[in-house]
Amino acid sequence: MIFLAEWWDLRDLGNPVGKLLELLGDHGPDWLPYAVSAIVGSITIVVFLLVSLLAFAWVERRLLGRMQARLGPNRVGPWGVFQSIADAIKFVTKEAITSRNVDRWMFWAAPVLVAVPVLVVFAVLPFGEGMVLADLNVGVLFVIAVGSVTAIPIFMAGWSSNNKFSLLGAMREVAMLISYELPQVLALLGVVVFAGTMRMNGIVGWQDEHNTWLIFLQPLAVLIYLIAGTVEINRTPTDIAEAESEIVAGYHTEYSGIKFGMFWLTEYFAGFAIAAIIATVYLGGWTLWGLEEWVPGWIIFLAKLYGLFWLFIWMRGTLPRLRIDQLMGFAWKFLLPLALINIFVAGLEVLIWRENDLAAEAVLPGFAIANLVLAGVLIVAWARFLGRARPSWRPARARLVKELGAVVYGQEG
Amino acid sequence: MDDVGSVVAFWMLSVMTLGAAVMVVAVRNLIYAVLFLILSFIGVAGLYLTLSADFVAIAQVLIYAGAVSVLILFAVLLTPRAARDNAETFLQVPGLVLATLVAVTIGAIALVTDWNEATRGAFPETAGAIGEALLDKYVLPFEIASVILLAAMIGAIVLVRED
Amino acid sequence: MSVELGHYLMVGAILFSIGLYVALAKRNAVGILMGIELMFNAVNLTLISFSRFVSPPTDVSGHVFVVFVITVAAAEAALALALAVVVYRNRETIDIDRINLMRW
Repeated sequence: MIFLAEWWDLRDLGNPVGKLLELLGDHGPDWLPYAVSAIVGSITIVVFLLVSLLAFAWVERRLLGRMQARLGPNRVGPWGVFQSIADAIKFVTKEAITSRNVDRWMFWAAPVLVAVPVLVVFAVLPFGEGMVLADLNVGVLFVIAVGSVTAIPIFMAGWSSNNKFSLLGAMREVAMLISYELPQVLALLGVVVFAGTMRMNGIVGWQDEHNTWLIFLQPLAVLIYLIAGTVEINRTPTDIAEAESEIVAGYHTEYSGIKFGMFWLTEYFAGFAIAAIIATVYLGGWTLWGLEEWVPGWIIFLAKLYGLFWLFIWMRGTLPRLRIDQLMGFAWKFLLPLALINIFVAGLEVLIWRENDLAAEAVLPGFAIANLVLAGVLIVAWARFLGRARPSWRPARARLVKELGAVVYGQEG
Repeated sequence: MDDVGSVVAFWMLSVMTLGAAVMVVAVRNLIYAVLFLILSFIGVAGLYLTLSADFVAIAQVLIYAGAVSVLILFAVLLTPRAARDNAETFLQVPGLVLATLVAVTIGAIALVTDWNEATRGAFPETAGAIGEALLDKYVLPFEIASVILLAAMIGAIVLVRED
Repeated sequence: MSVELGHYLMVGAILFSIGLYVALAKRNAVGILMGIELMFNAVNLTLISFSRFVSPPTDVSGHVFVVFVITVAAAEAALALALAVVVYRNRETIDIDRINLMRW
């Protein structure tokens, strides 16, 4: 792929920035380009996220309305498009209440810190060939490590609120994050085994070079990562940390105004982050089989990202909420063993490929078909295996409470 | 390492690490102590980055800031009626004296000794080299470490199981 | 002005002694564990700085050692916290002044 690398070539927004940095480096002190690139990159990421948020807060509610046979927001502006702006103004202008018995410092620090890990994730994700803020050579590991730190501000929020529902929600969220981190890591490791690098641009480059997407080579891992990612961003099928029918609103029960707004927008940002990671790692990032020669890479990337986010909305609109024991059991009993088997198979395949020095065009389609079949067989077999171990106390037919030993008032003895 | 960036980063991260560590001692609330401990861990990870140890820095964030600290928080929460203060025992003064002595001794040794420093640049990349070393030269310790992890996991489960 | 090996060693030394003080003087069992973790971190920092400044450029033994130390520290933390929870269950306290069943 040859870009012109002139500053006006907007197929890669890194070009104009690079030109600017070159100019600064020629005429200023040598630390200036570093500082400017960091500032420009951070501002770009934040602006991109806020614009996407404003758009998708509206899109999501319209789509949910469609899925649930109602209209959704339709009053503010044509088709309600200004609803997000109205909501944003409402968040900012409402009173941010601080109850008397909260732990003040932590109560204020938690909403500020909660957005940090999610924003930092975007630093290593390439929006285009040169459009990456920090192309770390341990990018995949970085994404996982930063994701694991999310638990701390959430715990701070829950603990400082001095409210049992907040604390319960925080404990649920932390337990969930820890449990789903394992399948997530193992799913991403399969990719690292194939691509042989943890650099995000390297993974995109590998997929471009071999003319395939890792979703075909690692179908099981994609599924595992998608589920684990949905849990991490804690939207409806898995939002037990803030299940309003069980524990009021979880760790942000005591929060209002813009402080609640921070938690709310962090959830969206996390959704974008997970979608961006899947798009980069499994769906070829900013490449699309040669189309990136004509269409800017970042548009392709954003299209994939928004498509995946639409998938999250779809899941939210159609799936009911799970119980906490179901969710934790699913991580440990279902996802973890399958992820382990998946990474073992991936290692085996790469070993066969490398040891026999086979041509990539010959092996990769075979691997793709084998892995797809394996994924189907494993999922069905493992689900049947787990489903067979049915608890023995489950009644074969409906019984009266009295038969089970309960006491019915008025009929004691 | 004498470019402006490294020097500034080193001093900022050192102050952050040591300041947070001092706060672990100073604050009266155990939960705050744990949070400052996490800040200290993150500062150490930053110091690793200035030493071009990228893999270890990320592992530090993943394991210390992400996992060990959460374990500590859980342990604090699972002992609800225990004292939540961060007080000292009668060993406060002896501990202070001993810690100062140790600091002075190590510092003096570190400054006096001629460490035979090699003049060389940073590692270009460490993750691959560490991986090869783990599965080649250090394969036996690697296996033993995994056995230790398994034993610790089973041990922890057996210890806290209620039956 | 530049940053040399000595600077990192000094940071490591101070961090180690803070950890030592915490481990010696704190009353809460969880606090003691935190001191031990601080000491682990100081040792790791020293190992990494020696690896950067002293060992030959192709040798990553220092890093591998740190990976092992982190692994063992994680295992140790899990076990120690499990012990703290068990002690709490039996005695309703994790104050080491009052865990004195074995004292002469």
